[in-house]
Amino acid sequence: MMLLSPLRSDPRAVLAAANPLAKLGAAAIVMLVLFLSVDPVTPLVLLSAIALAVRLSGIPPRALLVRCAPLFVAATGAAFVNGVFGSGGPSLAAAAATGLRLIAIALAGVVAFVTIDPTDLADGLMQHLHASPRFALGALAAFRLLPIFATEWETIGLARRARGIDDGGSWPSRVASFRERSFTLLVAAIRRGVRLALAMDARGFATMSGRTVARPQPFTDRDRALLLATMAIAVGTVVFGHALNTWRGLLLQ
Amino acid sequence: MADAIGIRGWGWRHPGRAAWAVRGLDLRVERGESVLLTGPSGSGKSTVLLGIAGLLDRSGGGESEGALRVDGAVGIVFQDPETQLVMARAGDDVAFGLENHCVPSVEIWPRVHAALASVGFPYPDDHPTTALSGGEKQRLAFAGVFALGPDILLLDEPTANLDAEGARLVRGLIAQARERGRTIVLVDHDIDAARPLVDRVIELAAFDEAVVPPRASRSPAVGAALVRAAGIAFRYPAAERLALEGIDIDIHAGEAVALTGRNGSGKSTLALLLAGLLRPLRGSVTAADGADLARLRASALVRRVGTVFQDPEHQFVRGRADDELMVGPLRTGMTRDVARARAAELLERLRLTPLAAANPFTLSGGEQRRLSVATALATDPPLLVLDEPTYGQDRVTYAELVALLRASRDEGRGIVFATHDRALVGALADREVRLEAGRAA
Repeated sequence: MMLLSPLRSDPRAVLAAANPLAKLGAAAIVMLVLFLSVDPVTPLVLLSAIALAVRLSGIPPRALLVRCAPLFVAATGAAFVNGVFGSGGPSLAAAAATGLRLIAIALAGVVAFVTIDPTDLADGLMQHLHASPRFALGALAAFRLLPIFATEWETIGLARRARGIDDGGSWPSRVASFRERSFTLLVAAIRRGVRLALAMDARGFATMSGRTVARPQPFTDRDRALLLATMAIAVGTVVFGHALNTWRGLLLQ
Repeated sequence: MADAIGIRGWGWRHPGRAAWAVRGLDLRVERGESVLLTGPSGSGKSTVLLGIAGLLDRSGGGESEGALRVDGAVGIVFQDPETQLVMARAGDDVAFGLENHCVPSVEIWPRVHAALASVGFPYPDDHPTTALSGGEKQRLAFAGVFALGPDILLLDEPTANLDAEGARLVRGLIAQARERGRTIVLVDHDIDAARPLVDRVIELAAFDEAVVPPRASRSPAVGAALVRAAGIAFRYPAAERLALEGIDIDIHAGEAVALTGRNGSGKSTLALLLAGLLRPLRGSVTAADGADLARLRASALVRRVGTVFQDPEHQFVRGRADDELMVGPLRTGMTRDVARARAAELLERLRLTPLAAANPFTLSGGEQRRLSVATALATDPPLLVLDEPTYGQDRVTYAELVALLRASRDEGRGIVFATHDRALVGALADREVRLEAGRAA
């Protein structure tokens, strides 16, 4: 969850105010190509496109790298395993392909998400994809309760200590503690959820038969340009791979 | 004048319950009138408000009888500031209700700004709602309701979660709504504080017994120090500033000490430190025998300190009330028979014997509070620490609680309680420690 939460980025950047759906669409296009490819060149080309997107979105590169550090470790591990134990015997190319692909797929998603405000995303889903307000706003409200639950989890731990119960020790007792603590949190979560739902219904959320929009969210030429440019890069990458005979993929062989 | 609310012989039964939450209620509220609805907890005050607001859902199997007529648009503000705000930004939150009511887009923001101005909201539209204090959140909740222009304003204990300053602010908003001619139904336990805001007080059900408001009493004998905190400082993980700094305090046998201060002043944190539940960043909290409380095993800690949390549900760990009371004694090495006898004695003392087999999560607020105090007393600790013990309690539980804590003190126990309830401080405290921004004031 921390990985995808918004990162403070430069509001004057070209893509800063792009429609969240356009950003997600662009990320999805890039991810699709990466899913189809299994060679190391394709992710390398697309990673440079992602670097361009980072620049145009005004994301501070250093903060992004710090945020993604665990990702790089995981990708390196996967690359090693695949390179050494892969089906074709030990291969540097297979290791590079796996590592770069994983990093590129994850980065495409992270770069899109860290510049998206959850409220804007919910607005976009409702206004352009006709998502149900019950779903979009309900999810948004639940999302806002998450930090409260984190605090509550800690409080429950302290309250258990106050009852004479240490949440530690042997593994079986840890599992039992976790189960009991989770149950208490679940009760608390349901109570809060019910209260929030009631407060939302009290302001017309239950009875609405339509809904106006306080924050109209245009889908502009810039957003269309973003999608078209991404599409062009995606197609270009595949064509480029075929021309150099580096493309290895699940399709388009 | 026409009635805004007319209720005759009305009742409501929650789905799956044998007993009616409210039955045979008659209530008339004139347009522009302001009434206080009060009564013991469990008398159905909140149910009545939900009924008036049209929020009782019959599709889930709930059942109603009698007549309930409401003339005008209704808005409701609830008790808990944490679960009334929907959106991440203040302006968006006020707009939420307007969107649901299909107010044309061009009218939304002028109405949002007017509503925010009417409650004196001091921040810009895009101010994050998470950065607001409890009182400010309640103010924003009022703005969200005022924006919809309700004729009838329903208020379910809107000040219960707030410190004195937040409560004053919210009472000001209620007074203002009354001056503007809105019909108001206010539910509150604190009759004295609410009386200036209303034309009429309605008791929904009589209290079972005559309640004598607790009078102040002082400790008969203050003994040796039970716990000493020396030069303690504390910081929450990821917090920028210290929650507490440079606090020295001793709690003695036979004295009741109140920790007071605004929300966020550090009084609950100090209570948790004195209870050995949090580990200080600097300084130490030691028991009379020199033990560092924060480093004790939980089973050793509960012999020295009993702690009662603000929300009793956080500390329930068993499926039956009597089992709940045996947890602590068994952990400290009592035999099952002795622990069972101890549990029975406490249930009797706190009038919980008929509920011995009940699941603690299904008890009423007052019963849960009594049970949580009983769990703290079960291991017979010399020190009791309580966080907002009177929060949300009706007059009966309140008086019982004060009597119980006073008796515990007079038996020679030390008592520390964090609270913003001035009446409790007056009725119980031998000493008051005021905190301001993490320091003793």
